[in-house]
Amino acid sequence: MGDYTTQELLSILAMQGFAGFSLFSVLLLMALGLAIIFGQMGVINMAHGEFMAVGAYTTYMLSFVSEKYFPGFIQYYFIVAIIVSFLFAGLLGYLAEFVLIRHLYKRPLDTLLATWGLSLIMQQTFRSIFGAREVSPSLPEWLLGSYQPTETIDIPLNGLFVLGLTIVVTFAVYLLMYKSSWGLRVRATTQNRIMSGAVGINTKKVDRLTFALGCGIAGIAGAAFTTIASTGPTTGSLYIVDTFMVVVFGGAASLFGTIASAFSIAQAQSIMEFFISGSMAKVFTLLTIVIILMMRPEGLFSIKVRK
Amino acid sequence: MNFVYERLLGGKNAALGIAILAALIFIILPIGLDLFRLNLVGKYLTYAFVAVSLVLLWGYGGILSLGQGVFFGLGGYCMAMFLKLEASDPESTKIQSTPGIPDFMDWNQLTDLPWFWEPFNSFGFTVLAVLLVPSLFALIIGYTMFKRRVGGVYFAIITQVIALILTVLIVGQQGYTGGINGITDLKTLHGWDIRDDSSKYILYFINAILLFGVIFLGRYILTSKFGRLLLAMRDKEDRVRFSGYDVSNFKIFIFCVSAMISAIGGAMFTLQVGFMSPSFVGIVPSIEMVIFAAVGGRMSLIGVVYGTLLVNFGKTIFSETLPELWLFLMGGLFIAVVMFFPNGLAGIWEKHGQKLLVCIRRMQCVGAVKTLLNKRSVKLEAAGE
Repeated sequence: MGDYTTQELLSILAMQGFAGFSLFSVLLLMALGLAIIFGQMGVINMAHGEFMAVGAYTTYMLSFVSEKYFPGFIQYYFIVAIIVSFLFAGLLGYLAEFVLIRHLYKRPLDTLLATWGLSLIMQQTFRSIFGAREVSPSLPEWLLGSYQPTETIDIPLNGLFVLGLTIVVTFAVYLLMYKSSWGLRVRATTQNRIMSGAVGINTKKVDRLTFALGCGIAGIAGAAFTTIASTGPTTGSLYIVDTFMVVVFGGAASLFGTIASAFSIAQAQSIMEFFISGSMAKVFTLLTIVIILMMRPEGLFSIKVRK
Repeated sequence: MNFVYERLLGGKNAALGIAILAALIFIILPIGLDLFRLNLVGKYLTYAFVAVSLVLLWGYGGILSLGQGVFFGLGGYCMAMFLKLEASDPESTKIQSTPGIPDFMDWNQLTDLPWFWEPFNSFGFTVLAVLLVPSLFALIIGYTMFKRRVGGVYFAIITQVIALILTVLIVGQQGYTGGINGITDLKTLHGWDIRDDSSKYILYFINAILLFGVIFLGRYILTSKFGRLLLAMRDKEDRVRFSGYDVSNFKIFIFCVSAMISAIGGAMFTLQVGFMSPSFVGIVPSIEMVIFAAVGGRMSLIGVVYGTLLVNFGKTIFSETLPELWLFLMGGLFIAVVMFFPNGLAGIWEKHGQKLLVCIRRMQCVGAVKTLLNKRSVKLEAAGE
């Protein structure tokens, strides 16, 4: 590190830190949905990454359509794309829950396998429709370029946008879970399913909507993802394990824990990536989490749940 | 004799099943297939070791490990390291800048053999390492997890992450592990060429014998008192714990046994296929091995061998002809097995096949078949005229 001046080193730290924020955003958006689903129903959705890819491909399609038919719309399509991605991924999630997952709630290990099968089918569907090559939508102009607070620091605008989007979505999820009557029902079901049923909550309906919501948020993650990288059929599976780690490390069903663990994992990985090779950064990050989880299996922050 | 019959073969029906499988593997396949295809079968049978280990761990123990590829890979890599050292003697590597070390180390500017490669010059050590390294690794993982009562989905996810970590590590540390290509160009075992035709036959039979040994071992474990406890733990863990048993020790033990069984498969894989690479360690191969076990029937030591063979033949056939369709089919297989056939092929056999056998035994069917055949021949004659 002797080749750098202190200021350069600080700038690098700031920029790597910001790159970490982009990773943080995507991980958090993916993990939010997964954490809600895992916390409530105790099932892990292996196809969660593919729901993110659904959002990414939806954004790509909308960009393609607006570029071809509505050139004036290209500046604004991205906002629409976020909403459509949410709805479309949510709808698919609703269907998946109805057809597949609701039959398997009593067998969480089998759900792992079944959703893995679902992810294989979805990946091949992407490949058949969009081809094996990675695609990326053409971004509106206001997302290009960068913000330069000092001469040596260069922060891309798309990263800032994604970070902002993540904050908005996280806040919305917070409001929904902790301030709405529906959120109350979800939390009640998480804590004691049988009692919730007894007091008149339709737990099956809550399950289905929660699952759809989780997948919808993954769709938003996909839309956000297209601004920072290109999308291929296996993009989702690249992030899925990291997302699991975020959820498990943060402690299931704890919103604050999920945010904290997404932040620490993303920052650790992206700052280390500068000093050692990318693969070793990943190894050290994951290994640290696994070791911490072996010491503290319930994760960083956990609520007491009566099983 | 009674011990062999009751405990290892498992009574009349199970003994018949083993006999049929043995006939298939030792007689029918070697006679019916050419060497290339037989070598493929040999390769598939090494995956069957993992499937058998999953019957013990997952079917009976209720512990789903999504990282069995780790142990398969560790066993395979231990064997590959020994074979690679033998293949890189100073004579055949004299064009390298440092003769006497494996070629990929030379390409990565290593000038000395790393310390952890040194002991693999000895075959005895290698065999021990194949058996003990994966078991020790499983012991560490199992001890830290099961003692803290981590299980179920958490355990599955963490084993999956361990598979990912090991893959990334192997790919990243190219100079020490051969990187993404793995350890290739393996030639001889103590001067015995493992690549020519006769040795391929010999390795196939050694592999098959070992597989049956492992099946007998599995049967021995499952029919013992420990096997009953394992089942009890799967269904009502708390009750077993309250009865005074230390549940975590049993889980650690079965996890180590399953790691060792998988590792034997890995070592035989290296010997038969002639290389080892990270593509047999990671997340995808590990979960595929689970599906072999699920298709065959997670509760059946014999069924999983058929499951492994069937899924792999399917994979080979489809990737040759319709590669597009394979992932759809594989995905559908995962879903169908879980939703409709939780006990796999073995379950279907028990439900319908046994009835068929009984039916045939009672000769009721025979009569029916005879009349059916008569009718058909009458029809055929009519059609002929």
